[in-house]
Amino acid sequence: MSRRAEALLALLGVAALIFTAWAAPWLRFVLTVALAKGLGVLGLLLLLRAGQVSFGHAMFLALGAYTVAFAAPSVPETLVLLPAAALLAGVAGLLIGLFVVRYRDIFFGMLNLALSMVFYSVLEKFYAVTKGTDGIRVPPLTIAGLEPVRETQEWVMFGLALGLALLCALGVRAYLASPMGQALAGIKTRETRLEFLGVPARRVLLFAYVLSATMGGAAGALIAMTSRHVTPQLAYWTSSGELIFIGILGGAGSALGPFLGAAAFELVRVYAAAAVADAWQMILGGVLLAVILFAPGGLIGILSGRAQQRPAGRA
Amino acid sequence: MTVPLLSARGLRLAFGGVKAADGIDLDVMPGEFLAIIGPNGAGKTTFINMTTGYLRPQAGAIEYEGQAILGLAPRAIVRRGIGRSFQLPQLFTEHTVLENAALAIAARAGIWSPLVPLLRPGYRRDAMALLARFGLEGVAEARADALNEGARKLADIAMAVALEPRLLLMDEPTSGVAASEKMGVVETLVRVLREAGVTAVFVEHDMEVVARFADRVAVWSQGRILTLGPPAAVLADPAVRREVIGIEAAAAHG
Repeated sequence: MSRRAEALLALLGVAALIFTAWAAPWLRFVLTVALAKGLGVLGLLLLLRAGQVSFGHAMFLALGAYTVAFAAPSVPETLVLLPAAALLAGVAGLLIGLFVVRYRDIFFGMLNLALSMVFYSVLEKFYAVTKGTDGIRVPPLTIAGLEPVRETQEWVMFGLALGLALLCALGVRAYLASPMGQALAGIKTRETRLEFLGVPARRVLLFAYVLSATMGGAAGALIAMTSRHVTPQLAYWTSSGELIFIGILGGAGSALGPFLGAAAFELVRVYAAAAVADAWQMILGGVLLAVILFAPGGLIGILSGRAQQRPAGRA
Repeated sequence: MTVPLLSARGLRLAFGGVKAADGIDLDVMPGEFLAIIGPNGAGKTTFINMTTGYLRPQAGAIEYEGQAILGLAPRAIVRRGIGRSFQLPQLFTEHTVLENAALAIAARAGIWSPLVPLLRPGYRRDAMALLARFGLEGVAEARADALNEGARKLADIAMAVALEPRLLLMDEPTSGVAASEKMGVVETLVRVLREAGVTAVFVEHDMEVVARFADRVAVWSQGRILTLGPPAAVLADPAVRREVIGIEAAAAHG
Protein backbone atom coordinates (compact mmCIF):
# COMPACT_ATOMS: atom_id res chain seq x y z
CA MET A 1 0.00 0.00 0.00
CA SER A 2 1.34 3.43 -0.84
CA ARG A 3 2.36 5.74 1.97
CA ARG A 4 -0.36 8.18 1.06
CA ALA A 5 -3.12 5.58 0.89
CA GLU A 6 -2.02 4.18 4.24
CA ALA A 7 -2.04 7.63 5.87
CA LEU A 8 -5.47 8.34 4.40
CA LEU A 9 -6.80 5.00 5.61
CA ALA A 10 -5.39 5.65 9.09
CA LEU A 11 -7.02 9.08 9.22
CA LEU A 12 -10.35 7.68 8.03
CA GLY A 13 -10.08 4.86 10.57
CA VAL A 14 -9.38 7.26 13.43
CA ALA A 15 -12.29 9.48 12.37
CA ALA A 16 -14.64 6.49 12.08
CA LEU A 17 -13.60 5.20 15.52
CA ILE A 18 -14.07 8.56 17.22
CA PHE A 19 -17.41 9.10 15.49
CA THR A 20 -18.66 5.64 16.46
CA ALA A 21 -17.49 6.08 20.05
CA TRP A 22 -19.36 9.39 20.19
CA ALA A 23 -22.52 8.30 18.33
CA ALA A 24 -22.85 4.93 20.06
CA PRO A 25 -21.58 5.27 23.64
CA TRP A 26 -22.24 1.57 24.36
CA LEU A 27 -19.59 0.72 21.74
CA ARG A 28 -16.91 2.87 23.39
CA PHE A 29 -15.95 -0.01 25.65
CA VAL A 30 -15.93 -2.48 22.74
CA LEU A 31 -13.74 -0.21 20.62
CA THR A 32 -11.29 0.44 23.45
CA VAL A 33 -10.85 -3.31 23.94
CA ALA A 34 -10.56 -3.71 20.16
CA LEU A 35 -7.75 -1.12 20.02
CA ALA A 36 -5.99 -2.84 22.91
CA LYS A 37 -6.23 -6.23 21.21
CA GLY A 38 -5.05 -4.63 17.98
CA LEU A 39 -1.97 -3.50 19.88
CA GLY A 40 -1.35 -7.06 21.02
CA VAL A 41 -1.80 -8.36 17.46
CA LEU A 42 0.60 -5.70 16.18
CA GLY A 43 3.24 -7.38 18.36
CA LEU A 44 2.32 -10.74 16.89
CA LEU A 45 2.71 -9.27 13.40
CA LEU A 46 6.39 -8.54 14.14
CA LEU A 47 7.02 -12.22 14.79
CA LEU A 48 5.01 -13.14 11.69
CA ARG A 49 7.45 -11.06 9.66
CA ALA A 50 10.14 -13.51 10.69
CA GLY A 51 7.81 -16.35 9.67
CA GLN A 52 7.23 -17.29 13.31
CA VAL A 53 3.77 -17.75 14.83
CA SER A 54 3.45 -17.57 18.61
CA PHE A 55 0.56 -19.70 19.85
CA GLY A 56 1.00 -18.32 23.36
CA HIS A 57 1.22 -14.59 22.92
CA ALA A 58 -1.77 -13.95 25.19
CA MET A 59 0.51 -14.65 28.17
CA PHE A 60 2.03 -11.19 27.74
CA LEU A 61 -1.41 -9.58 27.63
CA ALA A 62 -2.37 -11.50 30.77
CA LEU A 63 0.89 -10.46 32.43
CA GLY A 64 0.15 -6.80 31.69
CA ALA A 65 -3.43 -7.18 32.92
CA TYR A 66 -2.43 -8.92 36.17
CA THR A 67 0.28 -6.32 36.78
CA VAL A 68 -2.49 -3.73 36.82
CA ALA A 69 -4.73 -5.90 38.99
CA PHE A 70 -2.01 -6.56 41.58
CA ALA A 71 -0.53 -3.05 41.66
CA ALA A 72 -3.73 -0.99 41.41
CA PRO A 73 -4.70 -1.19 45.12
CA SER A 74 -1.39 0.42 46.14
CA VAL A 75 -0.75 2.57 43.03
CA PRO A 76 -4.14 3.40 41.49
CA GLU A 77 -2.66 5.70 38.82
CA THR A 78 -3.30 4.87 35.15
CA LEU A 79 -0.24 6.74 33.88
CA VAL A 80 2.03 4.72 36.18
CA LEU A 81 0.38 1.34 35.80
CA LEU A 82 0.33 1.36 31.99
CA PRO A 83 4.09 1.86 31.46
CA ALA A 84 4.85 -0.43 34.42
CA ALA A 85 2.80 -3.26 32.87
CA ALA A 86 4.46 -2.75 29.48
CA LEU A 87 7.92 -2.72 31.07
CA LEU A 88 7.30 -5.85 33.11
CA ALA A 89 5.99 -7.69 30.05
CA GLY A 90 9.05 -6.49 28.11
CA VAL A 91 11.39 -7.89 30.78
CA ALA A 92 9.46 -11.16 30.79
CA GLY A 93 9.69 -11.14 26.98
CA LEU A 94 13.46 -10.76 27.24
CA LEU A 95 13.82 -13.67 29.66
CA ILE A 96 11.46 -15.97 27.74
CA GLY A 97 12.81 -14.71 24.41
CA LEU A 98 16.39 -15.67 25.28
CA PHE A 99 15.10 -19.25 25.34
CA VAL A 100 12.47 -19.38 22.57
CA VAL A 101 14.35 -17.47 19.83
CA ARG A 102 16.66 -20.47 19.57
CA TYR A 103 13.77 -22.35 17.96
CA ARG A 104 11.86 -21.95 14.71
CA ASP A 105 8.52 -22.74 13.19
CA ILE A 106 6.39 -25.34 14.99
CA PHE A 107 8.86 -25.55 17.90
CA PHE A 108 8.74 -21.79 18.39
CA GLY A 109 4.95 -21.80 18.27
CA MET A 110 4.54 -24.75 20.62
CA LEU A 111 7.08 -23.50 23.18
CA ASN A 112 5.18 -20.23 23.41
CA LEU A 113 1.95 -22.18 23.80
CA ALA A 114 3.45 -24.37 26.53
CA LEU A 115 4.79 -21.40 28.50
CA SER A 116 1.49 -19.56 28.21
CA MET A 117 -0.38 -22.61 29.54
CA VAL A 118 2.04 -22.86 32.46
CA PHE A 119 1.29 -19.21 33.22
CA TYR A 120 -2.45 -19.89 32.88
CA SER A 121 -2.20 -22.76 35.36
CA VAL A 122 -0.32 -20.60 37.85
CA LEU A 123 -3.03 -17.94 37.60
CA GLU A 124 -5.77 -20.53 37.94
CA LYS A 125 -4.35 -22.74 40.71
CA PHE A 126 -2.76 -20.30 43.15
CA TYR A 127 -6.11 -19.18 44.44
CA ALA A 128 -4.74 -17.54 47.59
CA VAL A 129 -2.81 -15.05 45.48
CA THR A 130 -4.69 -14.84 42.19
CA LYS A 131 -8.26 -15.68 43.25
CA GLY A 132 -8.22 -18.41 40.58
CA THR A 133 -10.96 -18.36 37.96
CA ASP A 134 -12.91 -15.82 40.02
CA GLY A 135 -10.32 -13.28 38.89
CA ILE A 136 -9.43 -9.95 40.45
CA ARG A 137 -11.49 -6.80 40.34
CA VAL A 138 -9.52 -3.66 39.45
CA PRO A 139 -10.42 -0.71 41.73
CA PRO A 140 -11.24 2.70 40.23
CA LEU A 141 -8.08 4.34 38.90
CA THR A 142 -6.93 7.94 38.86
CA ILE A 143 -5.67 9.65 35.73
CA ALA A 144 -2.84 12.12 36.39
CA GLY A 145 -4.12 12.29 39.98
CA LEU A 146 -7.70 13.12 38.98
CA GLU A 147 -10.76 10.94 39.50
CA PRO A 148 -12.97 11.64 36.49
CA VAL A 149 -16.62 10.64 36.25
CA ARG A 150 -17.42 7.40 34.45
CA GLU A 151 -18.02 8.85 30.99
CA THR A 152 -14.84 10.93 31.06
CA GLN A 153 -12.97 7.89 32.31
CA GLU A 154 -14.26 5.91 29.33
CA TRP A 155 -13.20 8.64 26.91
CA VAL A 156 -9.76 8.84 28.49
CA MET A 157 -9.24 5.09 28.20
CA PHE A 158 -10.46 5.21 24.60
CA GLY A 159 -8.10 8.11 23.88
CA LEU A 160 -5.18 6.37 25.55
CA ALA A 161 -5.78 3.19 23.54
CA LEU A 162 -6.14 5.15 20.31
CA GLY A 163 -3.05 7.27 20.98
CA LEU A 164 -0.97 4.24 21.89
CA ALA A 165 -2.26 2.36 18.85
CA LEU A 166 -1.24 5.19 16.52
CA LEU A 167 2.14 5.63 18.18
CA CYS A 168 2.92 1.92 18.05
CA ALA A 169 1.66 1.55 14.48
CA LEU A 170 3.96 4.38 13.38
CA GLY A 171 6.85 2.91 15.37
CA VAL A 172 6.33 -0.59 13.96
CA ARG A 173 6.07 0.83 10.45
CA ALA A 174 9.43 2.60 10.83
CA TYR A 175 10.99 -0.44 12.48
CA LEU A 176 9.89 -2.83 9.73
CA ALA A 177 11.36 -0.54 7.06
CA SER A 178 14.68 -0.26 8.94
CA PRO A 179 17.63 -2.62 8.44
CA MET A 180 16.60 -4.44 11.65
CA GLY A 181 13.05 -4.93 10.39
CA GLN A 182 14.27 -6.06 6.97
CA ALA A 183 16.70 -8.47 8.60
CA LEU A 184 13.74 -9.78 10.61
CA ALA A 185 11.96 -10.55 7.33
CA GLY A 186 15.22 -12.16 6.18
CA ILE A 187 14.89 -14.75 8.96
CA LYS A 188 11.82 -16.02 7.14
CA THR A 189 13.53 -16.51 3.79
CA ARG A 190 17.31 -16.91 4.31
CA GLU A 191 18.56 -17.09 7.84
CA THR A 192 21.84 -18.62 6.63
CA ARG A 193 22.59 -15.53 4.59
CA LEU A 194 22.02 -13.29 7.60
CA GLU A 195 24.65 -15.21 9.55
CA PHE A 196 27.04 -14.91 6.61
CA LEU A 197 26.42 -11.17 6.54
CA GLY A 198 27.73 -11.13 10.10
CA VAL A 199 24.24 -10.51 11.52
CA PRO A 200 23.17 -12.57 14.55
CA ALA A 201 19.68 -13.74 13.54
CA ARG A 202 18.71 -14.72 17.08
CA ARG A 203 19.41 -11.24 18.37
CA VAL A 204 17.32 -9.76 15.55
CA LEU A 205 14.42 -12.03 16.51
CA LEU A 206 14.94 -11.37 20.23
CA PHE A 207 14.60 -7.62 19.70
CA ALA A 208 11.30 -8.19 17.88
CA TYR A 209 10.15 -10.61 20.58
CA VAL A 210 10.80 -8.10 23.38
CA LEU A 211 9.04 -5.35 21.42
CA SER A 212 6.13 -7.66 20.81
CA ALA A 213 5.91 -8.67 24.49
CA THR A 214 6.04 -5.00 25.55
CA MET A 215 3.15 -4.13 23.26
CA GLY A 216 1.31 -7.19 24.58
CA GLY A 217 1.82 -5.96 28.15
CA ALA A 218 0.47 -2.51 27.29
CA ALA A 219 -2.50 -4.13 25.53
CA GLY A 220 -3.26 -6.28 28.58
CA ALA A 221 -3.03 -3.27 30.89
CA LEU A 222 -5.51 -1.37 28.71
CA ILE A 223 -7.90 -4.33 28.75
CA ALA A 224 -7.65 -4.61 32.56
CA MET A 225 -8.24 -0.88 33.02
CA THR A 226 -11.21 -0.91 30.66
CA SER A 227 -12.94 -4.10 31.77
CA ARG A 228 -11.87 -3.60 35.43
CA HIS A 229 -11.77 -7.37 35.91
CA VAL A 230 -8.99 -9.82 35.08
CA THR A 231 -9.27 -13.62 34.93
CA PRO A 232 -6.87 -16.42 33.90
CA GLN A 233 -8.91 -16.72 30.69
CA LEU A 234 -6.74 -13.87 29.38
CA ALA A 235 -3.77 -16.27 29.25
CA TYR A 236 -5.69 -19.33 27.99
CA TRP A 237 -4.68 -20.74 24.61
CA THR A 238 -7.96 -19.68 23.02
CA SER A 239 -7.04 -16.06 23.80
CA SER A 240 -3.75 -16.56 21.93
CA GLY A 241 -5.72 -18.16 19.10
CA GLU A 242 -7.98 -15.13 19.06
CA LEU A 243 -4.97 -12.87 18.51
CA ILE A 244 -3.84 -15.00 15.55
CA PHE A 245 -7.43 -14.99 14.25
CA ILE A 246 -7.46 -11.18 14.38
CA GLY A 247 -4.05 -11.06 12.69
CA ILE A 248 -5.28 -13.16 9.75
CA LEU A 249 -8.58 -11.29 9.59
CA GLY A 250 -6.91 -7.87 9.50
CA GLY A 251 -3.97 -8.88 7.30
CA ALA A 252 -0.26 -8.61 7.94
CA GLY A 253 0.44 -6.27 5.03
CA SER A 254 0.26 -3.07 7.05
CA ALA A 255 0.56 -1.90 10.63
CA LEU A 256 -3.10 -0.89 10.32
CA GLY A 257 -4.21 -4.48 9.67
CA PRO A 258 -4.25 -5.59 13.32
CA PHE A 259 -6.48 -2.67 14.35
CA LEU A 260 -8.82 -3.13 11.43
CA GLY A 261 -9.00 -6.83 12.22
CA ALA A 262 -9.56 -6.23 15.94
CA ALA A 263 -12.35 -3.70 15.34
CA ALA A 264 -14.06 -6.03 12.86
CA PHE A 265 -13.62 -8.99 15.20
CA GLU A 266 -15.07 -7.27 18.27
CA LEU A 267 -17.98 -5.75 16.34
CA VAL A 268 -18.85 -9.05 14.63
CA ARG A 269 -18.63 -10.75 18.00
CA VAL A 270 -20.90 -8.23 19.73
CA TYR A 271 -23.55 -8.25 17.02
CA ALA A 272 -23.29 -11.99 16.29
CA ALA A 273 -23.63 -12.75 20.02
CA ALA A 274 -26.72 -10.54 20.19
CA ALA A 275 -28.28 -12.04 17.07
CA VAL A 276 -27.49 -15.74 17.57
CA ALA A 277 -26.42 -16.15 21.18
CA ASP A 278 -25.73 -19.88 20.89
CA ALA A 279 -23.81 -19.93 17.65
CA TRP A 280 -21.85 -16.70 17.41
CA GLN A 281 -18.54 -18.58 17.19
CA MET A 282 -19.85 -20.21 14.02
CA ILE A 283 -20.33 -16.79 12.45
CA LEU A 284 -16.80 -15.77 13.41
CA GLY A 285 -15.52 -19.05 11.98
CA GLY A 286 -17.38 -18.39 8.76
CA VAL A 287 -15.88 -14.91 8.51
CA LEU A 288 -12.38 -16.33 9.01
CA LEU A 289 -12.91 -19.03 6.39
CA ALA A 290 -14.14 -16.43 3.91
CA VAL A 291 -11.09 -14.25 4.55
CA ILE A 292 -8.63 -17.14 4.15
CA LEU A 293 -10.32 -18.38 0.96
CA PHE A 294 -11.14 -15.13 -0.76
CA ALA A 295 -8.89 -12.45 0.74
CA PRO A 296 -5.57 -13.94 1.88
CA GLY A 297 -4.26 -10.40 2.42
CA GLY A 298 -6.97 -9.85 5.04
CA LEU A 299 -9.25 -6.83 5.35
CA ILE A 300 -6.32 -4.50 4.81
CA GLY A 301 -5.56 -6.38 1.59
CA ILE A 302 -9.12 -5.88 0.37
CA LEU A 303 -8.99 -2.19 1.21
CA SER A 304 -5.70 -1.61 -0.53
CA GLY A 305 -6.95 -3.57 -3.54
CA ARG A 306 -3.99 -5.90 -3.44
CA ALA A 307 -5.44 -8.94 -1.81
CA GLN A 308 -5.16 -10.92 -5.03
CA GLN A 309 -1.61 -9.84 -5.85
CA ARG A 310 0.07 -10.65 -2.58
CA PRO A 311 0.46 -13.92 -0.76
CA ALA A 312 -0.68 -13.97 2.87
CA GLY A 313 1.74 -12.57 5.38
CA ARG A 314 3.79 -10.72 2.83
CA ALA A 315 4.08 -6.94 3.02
CA MET B 1 58.70 -14.75 1.78
CA THR B 2 54.99 -14.08 1.28
CA VAL B 3 52.85 -15.04 4.26
CA PRO B 4 49.72 -17.05 3.36
CA LEU B 5 46.41 -15.29 3.85
CA LEU B 6 44.75 -18.57 4.79
CA SER B 7 46.54 -21.60 6.06
CA ALA B 8 44.88 -24.97 6.71
CA ARG B 9 46.77 -27.83 8.34
CA GLY B 10 45.78 -31.44 8.82
CA LEU B 11 42.02 -30.92 8.49
CA ARG B 12 40.07 -34.08 9.10
CA LEU B 13 36.34 -34.63 9.08
CA ALA B 14 34.37 -37.81 8.46
CA PHE B 15 30.63 -38.25 8.06
CA GLY B 16 30.10 -41.82 9.21
CA GLY B 17 32.48 -43.82 7.05
CA VAL B 18 32.90 -41.12 4.42
CA LYS B 19 36.08 -39.06 4.76
CA ALA B 20 35.17 -35.56 3.58
CA ALA B 21 38.54 -34.22 4.74
CA ASP B 22 41.41 -36.61 5.24
CA GLY B 23 44.41 -34.48 6.10
CA ILE B 24 43.96 -31.27 4.11
CA ASP B 25 47.01 -28.95 4.06
CA LEU B 26 46.53 -25.81 1.98
CA ASP B 27 47.97 -22.29 1.87
CA VAL B 28 46.11 -19.55 0.03
CA MET B 29 48.41 -16.69 -0.97
CA PRO B 30 47.28 -13.05 -0.96
CA GLY B 31 45.85 -11.90 -4.27
CA GLU B 32 45.63 -15.29 -5.94
CA PHE B 33 42.67 -17.04 -7.53
CA LEU B 34 42.75 -20.62 -6.41
CA ALA B 35 40.42 -23.10 -8.11
CA ILE B 36 39.34 -26.30 -6.41
CA ILE B 37 38.34 -29.11 -8.75
CA GLY B 38 37.39 -32.69 -8.13
CA PRO B 39 34.53 -35.14 -8.43
CA ASN B 40 31.31 -34.80 -6.46
CA GLY B 41 31.73 -35.98 -2.88
CA ALA B 42 35.47 -35.22 -2.85
CA GLY B 43 35.07 -32.76 0.03
CA LYS B 44 35.36 -29.43 -1.81
CA THR B 45 32.31 -27.81 -0.21
CA THR B 46 33.27 -29.34 3.13
CA PHE B 47 36.53 -27.39 2.96
CA ILE B 48 34.58 -24.15 2.41
CA ASN B 49 32.18 -25.06 5.21
CA MET B 50 35.04 -25.70 7.63
CA THR B 51 36.82 -22.48 6.69
CA THR B 52 33.68 -20.40 7.17
CA GLY B 53 32.73 -21.94 10.51
CA TYR B 54 29.73 -23.85 9.19
CA LEU B 55 31.33 -27.21 9.99
CA ARG B 56 33.94 -27.97 12.59
CA PRO B 57 36.73 -30.38 11.64
CA GLN B 58 37.50 -33.26 13.98
CA ALA B 59 41.21 -32.44 13.76
CA GLY B 60 43.47 -29.80 12.28
CA ALA B 61 43.90 -26.05 12.36
CA ILE B 62 42.95 -23.08 10.19
CA GLU B 63 44.69 -19.73 10.43
CA TYR B 64 43.60 -16.55 8.69
CA GLU B 65 46.06 -13.67 8.66
CA GLY B 66 48.07 -15.56 11.27
CA GLN B 67 45.12 -15.95 13.67
CA ALA B 68 43.37 -19.22 14.51
CA ILE B 69 39.75 -19.09 13.35
CA LEU B 70 38.67 -22.62 14.14
CA GLY B 71 35.71 -22.72 16.49
CA LEU B 72 34.49 -19.23 15.62
CA ALA B 73 30.87 -18.78 14.52
CA PRO B 74 30.28 -18.03 10.82
CA ARG B 75 29.38 -14.42 11.58
CA ALA B 76 32.58 -13.90 13.58
CA ILE B 77 34.62 -15.29 10.68
CA VAL B 78 32.77 -13.06 8.23
CA ARG B 79 33.59 -10.06 10.40
CA ARG B 80 37.28 -10.94 10.16
CA GLY B 81 37.18 -10.61 6.39
CA ILE B 82 36.26 -14.01 4.93
CA GLY B 83 33.24 -13.83 2.64
CA ARG B 84 31.39 -16.69 1.03
CA SER B 85 28.94 -17.34 -1.76
CA PHE B 86 26.83 -20.43 -2.18
CA GLN B 87 26.20 -23.09 -4.80
CA LEU B 88 22.50 -22.36 -4.28
CA PRO B 89 22.41 -18.56 -4.02
CA GLN B 90 21.26 -17.46 -0.56
CA LEU B 91 19.24 -14.37 -1.40
CA PHE B 92 16.33 -12.90 0.56
CA THR B 93 13.79 -14.10 -1.95
CA GLU B 94 10.91 -11.85 -0.90
CA HIS B 95 13.08 -8.74 -1.12
CA THR B 96 14.13 -6.86 -4.23
CA VAL B 97 17.71 -7.14 -5.48
CA LEU B 98 18.29 -3.57 -4.29
CA GLU B 99 17.01 -4.40 -0.81
CA ASN B 100 19.25 -7.47 -0.73
CA ALA B 101 22.26 -5.35 -1.60
CA ALA B 102 21.26 -2.59 0.83
CA LEU B 103 20.88 -5.12 3.64
CA ALA B 104 24.40 -6.35 2.94
CA ILE B 105 25.68 -2.74 2.98
CA ALA B 106 23.78 -2.14 6.23
CA ALA B 107 25.25 -5.32 7.71
CA ARG B 108 28.74 -3.95 7.16
CA ALA B 109 27.88 -0.79 9.09
CA GLY B 110 25.78 -2.57 11.75
CA ILE B 111 22.04 -2.98 11.40
CA TRP B 112 21.02 -1.87 14.89
CA SER B 113 19.13 1.29 14.05
CA PRO B 114 15.43 0.47 14.32
CA LEU B 115 13.95 3.77 13.13
CA VAL B 116 15.92 4.81 10.02
CA PRO B 117 14.78 3.19 6.74
CA LEU B 118 16.98 0.58 5.07
CA LEU B 119 16.67 2.40 1.75
CA ARG B 120 17.99 5.69 3.17
CA PRO B 121 19.81 7.74 0.50
CA GLY B 122 23.31 6.64 1.54
CA TYR B 123 22.56 2.92 1.55
CA ARG B 124 20.52 3.17 -1.65
CA ARG B 125 23.42 4.90 -3.41
CA ASP B 126 25.99 2.39 -2.13
CA ALA B 127 23.72 -0.54 -2.99
CA MET B 128 23.16 0.77 -6.53
CA ALA B 129 26.91 1.31 -6.93
CA LEU B 130 27.54 -2.25 -5.75
CA LEU B 131 24.98 -3.66 -8.18
CA ALA B 132 26.43 -1.55 -11.01
CA ARG B 133 29.86 -3.13 -10.44
CA PHE B 134 28.22 -6.49 -11.16
CA GLY B 135 26.11 -5.20 -14.05
CA LEU B 136 22.93 -5.78 -12.02
CA GLU B 137 21.61 -2.21 -11.88
CA GLY B 138 18.95 -3.09 -14.48
CA VAL B 139 17.34 -5.66 -12.18
CA ALA B 140 17.65 -3.63 -8.96
CA GLU B 141 13.89 -3.36 -8.50
CA ALA B 142 13.14 -6.99 -9.41
CA ARG B 143 12.37 -9.48 -6.68
CA ALA B 144 15.37 -11.70 -6.00
CA ASP B 145 13.46 -14.89 -6.81
CA ALA B 146 12.59 -13.56 -10.28
CA LEU B 147 16.21 -13.44 -11.52
CA ASN B 148 17.84 -15.92 -13.87
CA GLU B 149 20.55 -18.15 -12.42
CA GLY B 150 23.47 -16.09 -13.68
CA ALA B 151 22.12 -12.90 -12.11
CA ARG B 152 21.28 -14.77 -8.88
CA LYS B 153 24.86 -16.04 -8.66
CA LEU B 154 26.23 -12.53 -9.21
CA ALA B 155 23.81 -11.02 -6.67
CA ASP B 156 24.85 -13.68 -4.16
CA ILE B 157 28.52 -12.81 -4.69
CA ALA B 158 27.73 -9.08 -4.60
CA MET B 159 26.25 -9.51 -1.12
CA ALA B 160 29.45 -11.16 0.06
CA VAL B 161 31.56 -8.46 -1.61
CA ALA B 162 29.50 -5.72 0.10
CA LEU B 163 31.21 -6.69 3.36
CA GLU B 164 34.59 -5.90 1.74
CA PRO B 165 36.17 -9.28 2.42
CA ARG B 166 39.88 -9.88 1.82
CA LEU B 167 39.23 -13.54 1.07
CA LEU B 168 36.16 -14.82 -0.78
CA LEU B 169 35.21 -18.48 -0.95
CA MET B 170 32.85 -19.27 -3.81
CA ASP B 171 31.08 -22.59 -4.12
CA GLU B 172 30.50 -23.38 -7.79
CA PRO B 173 29.85 -19.83 -9.02
CA THR B 174 28.86 -21.08 -12.48
CA SER B 175 26.79 -24.18 -11.68
CA GLY B 176 23.29 -23.95 -13.11
CA VAL B 177 24.21 -20.93 -15.22
CA ALA B 178 23.27 -21.24 -18.92
CA ALA B 179 26.30 -22.06 -21.08
CA SER B 180 25.83 -18.87 -23.09
CA GLU B 181 26.01 -16.72 -19.91
CA LYS B 182 28.73 -18.58 -18.08
CA MET B 183 31.82 -16.75 -19.36
CA GLY B 184 30.12 -13.38 -18.95
CA VAL B 185 29.32 -14.17 -15.32
CA VAL B 186 32.87 -15.28 -14.56
CA GLU B 187 34.45 -12.33 -16.39
CA THR B 188 32.28 -9.95 -14.38
CA LEU B 189 33.07 -11.45 -11.02
CA VAL B 190 36.78 -11.81 -11.76
CA ARG B 191 36.96 -8.16 -12.84
CA VAL B 192 35.19 -6.98 -9.67
CA LEU B 193 37.32 -9.14 -7.38
CA ARG B 194 40.58 -8.09 -9.08
CA GLU B 195 39.60 -4.42 -8.83
CA ALA B 196 38.81 -4.84 -5.15
CA GLY B 197 42.01 -6.81 -4.52
CA VAL B 198 40.08 -9.77 -3.14
CA THR B 199 41.78 -13.15 -2.90
CA ALA B 200 39.47 -15.89 -4.12
CA VAL B 201 39.05 -19.61 -3.67
CA PHE B 202 36.44 -21.14 -5.92
CA VAL B 203 35.07 -24.60 -6.48
CA GLU B 204 34.57 -25.12 -10.21
CA HIS B 205 33.55 -27.91 -12.57
CA ASP B 206 34.15 -26.10 -15.84
CA MET B 207 37.77 -26.67 -16.91
CA GLU B 208 37.67 -23.82 -19.41
CA VAL B 209 36.86 -21.42 -16.59
CA VAL B 210 39.61 -22.92 -14.44
CA ALA B 211 42.19 -22.73 -17.25
CA ARG B 212 41.34 -19.12 -18.01
CA PHE B 213 40.93 -17.59 -14.58
CA ALA B 214 42.75 -19.60 -11.91
CA ASP B 215 46.30 -18.81 -10.80
CA ARG B 216 46.59 -22.21 -9.15
CA VAL B 217 44.46 -25.33 -9.13
CA ALA B 218 43.98 -27.76 -6.25
CA VAL B 219 42.66 -31.17 -7.23
CA TRP B 220 40.51 -32.79 -4.55
CA SER B 221 39.85 -36.51 -4.34
CA GLN B 222 38.28 -38.44 -1.46
CA GLY B 223 39.02 -35.77 1.10
CA ARG B 224 42.64 -35.27 0.02
CA ILE B 225 44.48 -32.85 -2.21
CA LEU B 226 45.72 -34.97 -5.10
CA THR B 227 47.85 -32.27 -6.63
CA LEU B 228 48.31 -28.51 -6.55
CA GLY B 229 49.91 -26.18 -9.08
CA PRO B 230 49.46 -23.84 -12.04
CA PRO B 231 46.49 -24.74 -14.27
CA ALA B 232 48.54 -25.63 -17.36
CA ALA B 233 50.59 -28.21 -15.48
CA VAL B 234 47.75 -29.61 -13.37
CA LEU B 235 45.25 -29.91 -16.19
CA ALA B 236 47.88 -31.67 -18.35
CA ASP B 237 48.73 -34.19 -15.62
CA PRO B 238 47.71 -37.64 -16.95
CA ALA B 239 46.52 -38.80 -13.52
CA VAL B 240 44.32 -35.71 -13.13
CA ARG B 241 43.00 -36.07 -16.67
CA ARG B 242 42.14 -39.68 -16.09
CA GLU B 243 40.74 -39.52 -12.57
CA VAL B 244 39.19 -36.07 -12.42
CA ILE B 245 38.80 -34.37 -15.76
CA GLY B 246 37.34 -37.46 -17.40
CA ILE B 247 34.54 -37.26 -14.89
CA GLU B 248 34.51 -33.47 -14.99
CA ALA B 249 34.11 -33.35 -18.75
CA ALA B 250 31.13 -35.67 -18.51
CA ALA B 251 29.63 -33.64 -15.62
CA ALA B 252 30.18 -30.28 -17.32
CA HIS B 253 28.46 -31.45 -20.49
CA GLY B 254 25.80 -33.48 -18.77
